[in-house]
Amino acid sequence: MKEEGNLENRPSNTAFTQQRLPAWQPMLSAGVVIPGFLVIGLAFIGIGVGLLITSRSIQVLELDYTGTETNSPCNKCTTLPIQNNCVCKLNFTIDTLFKGPVFFYYSLTNYFQSQRKYGASLDYNQLSGDLTYFKSPASDCDPYRYANGKPIVPCGSLANSMFNDTFKLYQIVNGKENLVPFDGKGIAWWTDYNIKYRNPDYSPLENAFNDTEKPVFWSKPAYKLDTSDSSNNGFVNQDFLVWMRRAALPNFRKLYRRITEGDYKDGLPVGNYSLEISYNYPVKSFDGTKKATFSNVSWMGGQNEFLGIAYLAIGSMCVVMSVVMLIVYAKFRFPEDD
Amino acid sequence: MPRKTLKCLFGVDEGSRANRKVVVGHRPCPSNEEIIPPKFCDNRIVSSKVIVDTPTSPVTSGLPLFFVITVTAIKQGYEDWLRHKADNEVNKYKVTVLEDGKAIQSESEKIKVGDIVKVEENETFPCDLILLQSHRDDGTCFVTTASLDGESNHKTHYTVPNIGSDLESLTATIECEQPQSDLYKFVGRMDIYKDSQEPIFRSLGPENLLLKGATLKNTKVIYGVAVYTGMETKMALNYQGKSQKRSAVEKSINAFLLIYLFILVSKALVCTTLKYVWQSKPGQDEPWYNEKTQREKDTNLYLKMFTDFLSFMVLFNFIIPVSMYVTVEMQKFLGSFFIAWDKDFFDPEIKEGALVNTSDLNEELGQVEYVFTDKTGTLTQNNMEFIECCIDGFQYKHRDARDELDGFCDTDGPVNKVQQKAGREKEELFLRALCLCHTVQVKESAEQDGLTDQVDGSILDETPSPEERGFIASSPDEIALVKGAMRYGFTFLGLESKTLKILNRSKEVEMYELLHVLNFDPVRRRMSVIVRNGSGETVLYCKGADSSIFPRVKREEVERIRLHVERNATEGYRTLCVAYKRLSPEEYAQVDEDLKEARLALQDREEKLTAVYNQVETEMDLIGATAVEDRLQEEAAETMEALQGAGIKVWVLTGDKMETAKSTCYACRLFQRNTELLELTLRTLEARGRSREERLHELLLEYHKKAVQDAPPVKAGITRSWSGANHDYGFIIDGASLSLMLSSSSESKPSLYESLFLQICQNCTAVLCCRMAPLQKAQIVKMVKNSKGSPITLSIGDGANDVSMILEAHVGIGIKGKEGRQAVRNSDYAIPKLKHLKKLLLAHGHLYYVRIAHLVQYFFYKNLCFILPQFLYQFFCGYSQQPLYDAAYLTMYNICFTSMPILAYSLLEQHIGIEDLLDNATLYRDVAKNAMLQWLPFLYWTLLGVFQGLLFFFGVRYLFSNPALQDNGQVFGNWSYGTIVFTVLVFTVTLKLAMDTRHWTWINHFVIWGSLAFYVFFSFFWGGIIWPFIRHQRLYFVFANMLGSVSAWLVIILLILLSLLPEILLAVFRKNHGSHARQTSTVTPLTYKHLSEHDRQSGPNGQH
Repeated sequence: MKEEGNLENRPSNTAFTQQRLPAWQPMLSAGVVIPGFLVIGLAFIGIGVGLLITSRSIQVLELDYTGTETNSPCNKCTTLPIQNNCVCKLNFTIDTLFKGPVFFYYSLTNYFQSQRKYGASLDYNQLSGDLTYFKSPASDCDPYRYANGKPIVPCGSLANSMFNDTFKLYQIVNGKENLVPFDGKGIAWWTDYNIKYRNPDYSPLENAFNDTEKPVFWSKPAYKLDTSDSSNNGFVNQDFLVWMRRAALPNFRKLYRRITEGDYKDGLPVGNYSLEISYNYPVKSFDGTKKATFSNVSWMGGQNEFLGIAYLAIGSMCVVMSVVMLIVYAKFRFPEDD
Repeated sequence: MPRKTLKCLFGVDEGSRANRKVVVGHRPCPSNEEIIPPKFCDNRIVSSKVIVDTPTSPVTSGLPLFFVITVTAIKQGYEDWLRHKADNEVNKYKVTVLEDGKAIQSESEKIKVGDIVKVEENETFPCDLILLQSHRDDGTCFVTTASLDGESNHKTHYTVPNIGSDLESLTATIECEQPQSDLYKFVGRMDIYKDSQEPIFRSLGPENLLLKGATLKNTKVIYGVAVYTGMETKMALNYQGKSQKRSAVEKSINAFLLIYLFILVSKALVCTTLKYVWQSKPGQDEPWYNEKTQREKDTNLYLKMFTDFLSFMVLFNFIIPVSMYVTVEMQKFLGSFFIAWDKDFFDPEIKEGALVNTSDLNEELGQVEYVFTDKTGTLTQNNMEFIECCIDGFQYKHRDARDELDGFCDTDGPVNKVQQKAGREKEELFLRALCLCHTVQVKESAEQDGLTDQVDGSILDETPSPEERGFIASSPDEIALVKGAMRYGFTFLGLESKTLKILNRSKEVEMYELLHVLNFDPVRRRMSVIVRNGSGETVLYCKGADSSIFPRVKREEVERIRLHVERNATEGYRTLCVAYKRLSPEEYAQVDEDLKEARLALQDREEKLTAVYNQVETEMDLIGATAVEDRLQEEAAETMEALQGAGIKVWVLTGDKMETAKSTCYACRLFQRNTELLELTLRTLEARGRSREERLHELLLEYHKKAVQDAPPVKAGITRSWSGANHDYGFIIDGASLSLMLSSSSESKPSLYESLFLQICQNCTAVLCCRMAPLQKAQIVKMVKNSKGSPITLSIGDGANDVSMILEAHVGIGIKGKEGRQAVRNSDYAIPKLKHLKKLLLAHGHLYYVRIAHLVQYFFYKNLCFILPQFLYQFFCGYSQQPLYDAAYLTMYNICFTSMPILAYSLLEQHIGIEDLLDNATLYRDVAKNAMLQWLPFLYWTLLGVFQGLLFFFGVRYLFSNPALQDNGQVFGNWSYGTIVFTVLVFTVTLKLAMDTRHWTWINHFVIWGSLAFYVFFSFFWGGIIWPFIRHQRLYFVFANMLGSVSAWLVIILLILLSLLPEILLAVFRKNHGSHARQTSTVTPLTYKHLSEHDRQSGPNGQH
């Protein structure tokens, strides 16, 4: 503890330590903001007009087939118990050519796929083909974890409640029903279909499901979802994948089929059509509705006027602002400079 | 849980702060306080089979807290490690302890009370020791206490008498008082037992005590017995007890936190209530597709409600900006470096820059409303220069510092014809008095280690130039006087074993035996020595303040000198009067006896000594007076002017006398020529023979009427009125009047006088409090601190007598002056010179305040608009606590995506350049009174957060009215929804900060754009891989898919722009307003300077 000599402890003279780093000091001056607002406003108006025109050009045909009204053809199905293979037909007319490719959606309302427990009620390990989880599904799946003492595959509420109405579209030409071919490929996300969900590496697939139970609500087990196409079966069934991607809001639509083939490649021509619905999915208990929707899409997706209107509104607001600012600037700023 | 959260949140704040003491090793405190809540939140509460299933995983909400704890722990651990290292250095220091007559090497931490310790020259004492034996013959040793109180002079300490040389056989007991922190007080007794005789009793005083931390000098070796060790030593006691100061910003944070806590709870309550209302409708509670488990069905309804409430709390808990504490801590810690780094604070004289003792108060520097400044050493340089003296009524002026002996009877007969001279005899008496009556020591050169034993002649040869001679003294006045005497031919050569040697004009050495030193103390305000000269005469020389000398000398002598003294005082000089008294042998014998008796007294030693002193120092002959100039500090006046321009009220608190202090105030331009002075001193109180109390009452009311009632309301924004239309008032009060005021107010009308006084002072531009005892200084600070509006106070001082006020004020600043280090050690910040205060407050303080205020507001804002969409989403998911954002986003939002830009901002922002801040002191007023953290700005930020949160959520919600957003017709799900909202959120809050940034250095660019790039990169990465060990691959390719949708792009751009639109508009208008304000403010100082110059020029011509 000898005394220490005084150190030369002058602070270092760098730009950083002296808080003199070269700095850009932007100033939002009227000279920048007024033209800026004008440019942004005009650009937004342009985008808005484009969006609105695009959105308006999209054709949409919505058919409610819930059957709550007594005159609805599907009314009969609502009174029957579930899983009764009730079939109802909805007739409609197309006045102008419905440009293709036409997308066919089903919509549900007041249906809370966004419920937390409902959404979490699945076992991802099962769905990626891990057989150990076939035997003991995750506890999240309750109350759809075991049935009849056997594990449910795929387990959980989400899978269990998979939408199971099926549709067939006929064009009525001279009283004859022409089946409009539906394309069930490419309705789910590419990554879901190819990477995220995997069937167990088993051939035949059916054997992987030994000693398991199909979901309670399902009429057939997962390996029979599409027996005609093995690449669309089991967990990689596109309808299943579409269902498993939870909707964000209680009123939602999901893609069911595309019309891309045959005579209908360019769209649905003018004429009378009949939609045959095999009505299985109950919505009455929770006051929901079901709709079938035909729509074509543009670069911005499906029809949505919100974006166009919002862009137009904000664009015009910017323009108005810039004008107001210009007036304020001219009135108060210039005399001050004298 | 709310209560727990409360505890947790405030625990961070109070608990860890208060406990930031030396806890070497691991820290139990933060982990206890901070880990419990997340456990509570996320590890499930298991009570009677009920499980609160949390909407987010424990990791999600735990990670931010863990992060907070980790960073805090690292910071505190680092500080602990430093302390630990320093402690070790001290504790493991090798010492020699005598045990059974043998010297044993030991470590200093092993010393026990009662051990005899050997200390060698230039070593510091390892503990407080009673000096038993010294290597020097006369039983003394010399120490310097530079590291304790900064006094670099050698102090003499004495061995306990009659110990004997044989320490082995020594048997004694020591009785002493309990450890106390006063460095200069010690009372004890020692009983020495010798060979079964009656024990010899010796009293012990501070002169026997060697303090830990002091260094042994000029003495080869000493032996001492340890009386206080470790944390009981006076040094350790002095380091403790520093209360933690908390800044106003922290108080605001706590208030805001309560609001947010309230928002959190009410959100959870609203959601819980709505959930059960909603569920009461048929079909909603348990639709067929979402059946409940058996356990859920069995659970009691109220229990379910409660667990739902808790779940909502967990879901929304991110609204509480926990990580803000880390950021604030880091900001303060790192930000304080800029003060230490500032080269403008570097003083080449002492080769030191500013020192930051606490980083907690940086922003408080921008909030100061009152500055209490010491005079000596703070406003003035404490660099004394002998200006003139007055001997027997004749004035001797020393014009030039280079010694031109003007006027003294250097040779025979007067040189200066104009001035009459006192007789030569009187002159020499006076100069001898100056040479003898002091406690100055001669600084020895390296070769002359030990006291000079050289013959007188050699000293003459060695030190030809008196200017080069070094003197050491505790008071610079004494050095100035000794040097002054030297200029006139009397040189002090030094003190050697009780003999004072001086060299007189005829180059002869005169020897005086030093018999007694009657020490200086601030109450007596004088000191004396009793010496015996060569001819055997015993003389007492006394010097002291005029007020303490005049009553003790013959009346007729006073009148001649009083005039000079008063004139000198008004010129701002420090005056001392010198008197002497011859003591007859009988008188001396009596005095000697009394003094010895008083020194040995065990009880009331101080009082008894003082009584003897007072008795001796009477009926003296006044010889003359001295005037010493204490120069103003560099730029003292400019600094004071700037402070007043910044709206800060400056109070001068000094122990000096009124006239001197007043002249300093004029010199510093605290008082101006047109300032009307309101005096409340003993002089004004004693007029017209009325009782002081009555007079006090009368004066206070009169001044109050004048300064408060009749004064026009003070408009903010007006700097000082130099126009003259507005009256300026200055208030002067002295210590006696103050204590009278405080005591009489406590009796009859409690605090009436006090509030009158404060009201008067608030309307005065400057207040001068003179004749203040150190404690009174603190009293004043406390009074102002606790007055209405609790203004932020700052004390600045350099001496030990300022310590109490430095500790009392919100911010204490020490000047690294000449009066020792005590003030620096107890301060929050230390600067080398007063002039640095200007930059410290106006630039650093202002910037720190703006930075941290913005930081705090921004944190609350960004967490509000983060969590609001999640709250709104509950309305669309059946109140099921579904998180809107993915867990990774919830966790990373505060830690990674938005933390760095605000930290960089809070360290680098200069919304106004430093130069501008220094030039326009008025800018300081913009942030006064915690302006940026008032409720109005807080409301603004909160509304902004709400506005943006609503916009984010509903903008995306309307987009999702048709979830087919891709050109391939595929639909987006809930995680895409959340990701779009989150993307808008991250970009908006970052760009909002970018817009607020006025000072873009490359670091800001790097951090802001880097954060955004990191977010994009992270999202790709997080969604690009199937992560092992994670149960749900929710975000798999969600982000990439989102970017594949034109609509998503468009809505993101739209929402970001729309959220920032009001900000842009506001910025434009504010900028116009701001530039307007700045224009006028740049004009102000110019005109002011111009005016004051004009003032200066016209002043002497008598225009004012």
